[in-house]
Amino acid sequence: MRLANILNLGVKELRSLLRDPIMLVLIAYTFTVAIYSAASALPETLNNAAIGIVDEDRSALSQRIVAAFYPPYFSTPRLITPAQMDTGLDEGSLTFALDIPPDFQSDVLAGHKPDIQLNVDATRVSQAFTGAGYIQTIIDTEVTAFLRRYRALAAPPVDLALRMRFNPNLNKSWFGSVIELINQVTLLSMILTGAALIREREHGTIEHLLVMPVTPFEIMASKIWSMALVVLAATAFSLLVVVHGLIGAPIRGSVALFLAGALVNLFSTTALGIMLATLARSMPQFALLTILVIMPLEILSGGSTPRESMPQLVQAVMLLAPTTHFVALAQAILFRGAGFSVVWPHFAALIGIGTVLSGLAMARFRKAIAEMG
Amino acid sequence: MNEQTAAPVASLRDVGLRHRKVRALDAVTLDIPAGCMVGLIGPDGVGKSSLLSLIAGAHALQTGRIDVLGGDMASARHRRHVCPRIAYMPQGLGRNLYPTLSVAENIDFFASLFGQRQAERRRRIEELTRATGLAPFLARPAGKLSGGMRQKLGLCCALVHDPDLLILDEPTTGIDPLSRRQFWELIARIRASRPGMSVVVATATMEEAARFDWLVAMDAGRVVATGTVPDLLARTGAATLEAAFIALLPQERRRQHRPVVIAPRDGEGVDAIEAQHLTMRFGDFVAVDDASFHIHQGEIFGFVGSNGCGKTTTMKMITGLLPATAGEARLFGQKLDPQDLATRRRVGYMSQGFSLYSELTVRQNLELHARLFGLPAESIAARVAAVAQRFELTSIMDVLPRALPLGQRQRLSLAVAMVHAPAVLILDEPTSGVDPIARDAFWRTLIDLSRKDGVTIFISTHFMNEAERCDRVALMHAGKVLASDTPAALAARRGVRTVEEAFIAWLEEADGSANPPPPPPPEQAAARRAMARLFEPRRMASQARRETLELLRDPIRALAAVLGSVMLMVIFAYGITMDVEHLTFAVLDRDQTTASQSYILNIEGSRYFTERAPIRDYAQLDRRMQAGGLALALEIPPGFGRDIARGRPVQIGAWVDGSMPARADMVAGYVEALHAQWLGIVGGPASPVNVAIRFRYNPNVLSVVAMVPAILPLLLLLIPSMLTALSVVREKELGSIVNFYVTPTTRLEFLLGKQIPYVVLAMLNFTVLTLLAVAWFGVPLKGSVAALFAGALLYVVAATAMGQLMSSFMKSQVAAIFGTAIVTLIPAIEFSGFIDPVSSLRGFEAFIGRIYPTTHFLTISRGTFAKALGFPDLSSAFLALALAVPVLIGLCAILLRKQEA
Repeated sequence: MRLANILNLGVKELRSLLRDPIMLVLIAYTFTVAIYSAASALPETLNNAAIGIVDEDRSALSQRIVAAFYPPYFSTPRLITPAQMDTGLDEGSLTFALDIPPDFQSDVLAGHKPDIQLNVDATRVSQAFTGAGYIQTIIDTEVTAFLRRYRALAAPPVDLALRMRFNPNLNKSWFGSVIELINQVTLLSMILTGAALIREREHGTIEHLLVMPVTPFEIMASKIWSMALVVLAATAFSLLVVVHGLIGAPIRGSVALFLAGALVNLFSTTALGIMLATLARSMPQFALLTILVIMPLEILSGGSTPRESMPQLVQAVMLLAPTTHFVALAQAILFRGAGFSVVWPHFAALIGIGTVLSGLAMARFRKAIAEMG
Repeated sequence: MNEQTAAPVASLRDVGLRHRKVRALDAVTLDIPAGCMVGLIGPDGVGKSSLLSLIAGAHALQTGRIDVLGGDMASARHRRHVCPRIAYMPQGLGRNLYPTLSVAENIDFFASLFGQRQAERRRRIEELTRATGLAPFLARPAGKLSGGMRQKLGLCCALVHDPDLLILDEPTTGIDPLSRRQFWELIARIRASRPGMSVVVATATMEEAARFDWLVAMDAGRVVATGTVPDLLARTGAATLEAAFIALLPQERRRQHRPVVIAPRDGEGVDAIEAQHLTMRFGDFVAVDDASFHIHQGEIFGFVGSNGCGKTTTMKMITGLLPATAGEARLFGQKLDPQDLATRRRVGYMSQGFSLYSELTVRQNLELHARLFGLPAESIAARVAAVAQRFELTSIMDVLPRALPLGQRQRLSLAVAMVHAPAVLILDEPTSGVDPIARDAFWRTLIDLSRKDGVTIFISTHFMNEAERCDRVALMHAGKVLASDTPAALAARRGVRTVEEAFIAWLEEADGSANPPPPPPPEQAAARRAMARLFEPRRMASQARRETLELLRDPIRALAAVLGSVMLMVIFAYGITMDVEHLTFAVLDRDQTTASQSYILNIEGSRYFTERAPIRDYAQLDRRMQAGGLALALEIPPGFGRDIARGRPVQIGAWVDGSMPARADMVAGYVEALHAQWLGIVGGPASPVNVAIRFRYNPNVLSVVAMVPAILPLLLLLIPSMLTALSVVREKELGSIVNFYVTPTTRLEFLLGKQIPYVVLAMLNFTVLTLLAVAWFGVPLKGSVAALFAGALLYVVAATAMGQLMSSFMKSQVAAIFGTAIVTLIPAIEFSGFIDPVSSLRGFEAFIGRIYPTTHFLTISRGTFAKALGFPDLSSAFLALALAVPVLIGLCAILLRKQEA
């Protein structure tokens, strides 16, 4: 009987969703277009970086260096005067300014090891570090190649064979698409379950349910299973068709294991959605609350930046968030082909967090229903 | 009574109105006489409200012409001129009031819109609340008033500026008969003291309309008759106005109508429902106070009382929806236990308003309820068919309920409540809003159920003529059952003719109050100031004050406003970090000599890497990398030390976890640099040039120093714009926007008034964020503090204006939130120089980037924080922001309409 109620009410949720064009468009958009565009738009660390060059040498070598900067990593260099260098950096229109001193070429040829000054706007941290490294390498390469025409150079005795595992070309769209998918799972599952509850309350239908032989637990469970099913189906579709098919990201591990992980994650996030919906009195309040909750869940979960760079306290607190474990588990399975023997601790953590969260949500839900009278 | 000699107060010629596809008014031509009390009669949805909102100037005219108080209402100039002479109270209990504001604050706000000074406002609040009996409740929030009190407050707010034309849209629907009588007495006294005032009232209650001077009967968007009450009665030869109205309807509508005949009931049944001392408290508010009554099996028991008197709460306790605080209810002799689901199968409940799933078809609704009530699966189809037949739904089984007229939806609700054949039916105000013909049809069905099927019916209503149709009624007021008996016995007990009069007698006794004292004649009718001015700072200030009060009393919005930005700052600063440190690495050292140790030590000694336990073999290397435990794995070949000493080429293997490409890039960069460093130590070849890198503004290249000044502009955009996005559209949803439509408030006053509190809040946030940046995150503020502050002020004005821009033309709050997220998030993050400088963007993105306010404040923020700049260096950014502000506010003013379209 009880299971039948949960089933019937869940089918009702699915039917309601089918007739809600806004939500359907939102689901379709977040699991296709949003993921595709996030993957293709993810900025390279260096993208058209603005560079200006003060060429005080005007030699063959300095011109060779100027010509070595070109898109897409760098914008075509602007040739500037030393005065323009400071204003350009101050205004933020230049990120890098290179100053090639007079007599640079002759000093290089004479083996004097001349200084070449590189000014970096370090307020753009993401570009500053990598960009400076690139520029250094480019100058070294150009100068070395220039010198090679004049004398032979020794090869280094110890070589470093650097290989990238799991993503040999460091293709950012692979990474971006999966992270976006993970974020959308969290976002959509919270919004869908929360909205399903708020919609019932705004339309007054929740009262109607409560006078029937149906318990609050059945109502909550029906919303959770139906919305989780929608998100899970959309996730499977998006992973196979958009992430793997269109974007071409390889899936190294088992899709079924990943979906099982998504399912245990949904257990927590849908409960969170219910909880927020009981706190909010209307859709707009729910939207504001969701923004405040989802931001830390997504940003601090280790999806966009590595967890190890965060302060210890933040790392510890975020171990309580379901998304942290879901991100870790998804990356391990999808990128590195890890099996259950490797990721089981995250499964265990997710089940634990989910149990606590749905217990809390259930308590809030019962209380909210009592207050609704 | 004034004779209809004067010019009409309003005259309409061929007025038509459409709401999307629905025709609300159809070629209405009408002259409304001045100086008297005019009633608009007809059921819900015939166009009464549309007509009144057109006359009040709240809704824009579509076709035809309307002259009110001697001028064309299509002219904005005339509207501005006459709106101080018109007062409009829209439909819905206190829909134009501000529920979180107190009684005094509400009246004060309305008075200030009409330019009254503080002393005058105080005098009027006192006068009006004394006259309406609201004086003891000055500090109570409007949302916590009873329906009757709310209507009185609405009237106070409408009368605060001595209008010449008072427009009331169903002012007494849903309030108890005593309050209703007091309301009309109040209107009569006010008219006596202001004889020139014209009053136009819409009502669905015919008894009420019988007291008006002149009536306009409406049906389906048309005027079907006008005239005085005796006129209409004479013309139709009917005895009552209700009968006259039905006689005026077109032939085919009239034919559906049959009078309600109440069949006698045979004998007394046992008690189906028994309530003993039921009490319900919410906090310190007593919703139901010691209610006792009993309902016989098979009778129709009416529950009569105003909105909010506790009828619904009592019914919910009887259905088991709410556990009673004290007392008990019995159903067929058994004590009701809210946990016992079996009792629910014996009860059918129809809640107030339509509350079925509008996304499910009629059939799906019926089937869902049949299943939830646990009907055997094989009998469901037959039962649904039978119920559909009985309630005449067979032809509309696959239609969505929202496409149905109210009368049919009411039948569907009843069918749903009856699908499991309950013995008791509990109906909470099932007929409110339904036209008289459909209502009578509904009653015939109820009588049928009671008399033929023996169903016990417990129905609540605020229509007194419905009370007369019940077998027995209970009169309820302020949570108490005043009396319970047959209608005739109740009237007899008070020695009056009707239940209504009896109810009033009990109410007067319960309130212990005689009529409130008559208001002193307002001798000093305030001379109207020049209200047509285009910008009045005091009106703006009162909008700002109200917005602030409302914001502070909404916990979730206030929380988002005060703490949201600070919370996000902490999250972003820690979360979006580019300092990749403490990367984990481990070594498979097959050499184990001092040379390999020195190589490992060189890496471990840097701040970027932290060493983990050594790797034993390739299998372990694979597993540990798979689990994500290692960002870097190194393999040092056997004979490493020996080969170097002999000058033979050697190769160190390095594997980087590439699953996070940005991190992998960093790791590769660090390893190569450390490798080169190590080579230098052991004497490898040197580079032919020395690249001297100067990391300017942030010499240690600390992420937080770079991120915080960049996050600041994002945060000052995201939350403030989201809050202002809700500001205007929220009033559109709640209905109080009508006060902007019909008062002299101009667009600019309204917009700026609403914006000011958010600008102040955003500046407070800015101050806290800046202090947090300097004191907590240790970001040095090297440049001009004044320039940063001035830039922030201009910027938050622009940011809040962007939210208001969305709010001024969107129709729903959810759409405004979505819209604002779209126009703020992407441009601010992608095109404003947050990630890539605007100078590296191309085409459309570059165009957006150049005009977007965030770009310019980002320049100011980075310039003042890190680059030690001041006003002169940042003049172009200031100029751009200073231009954006008037452009955005101007756009808001253009897009915001002064009338409903």
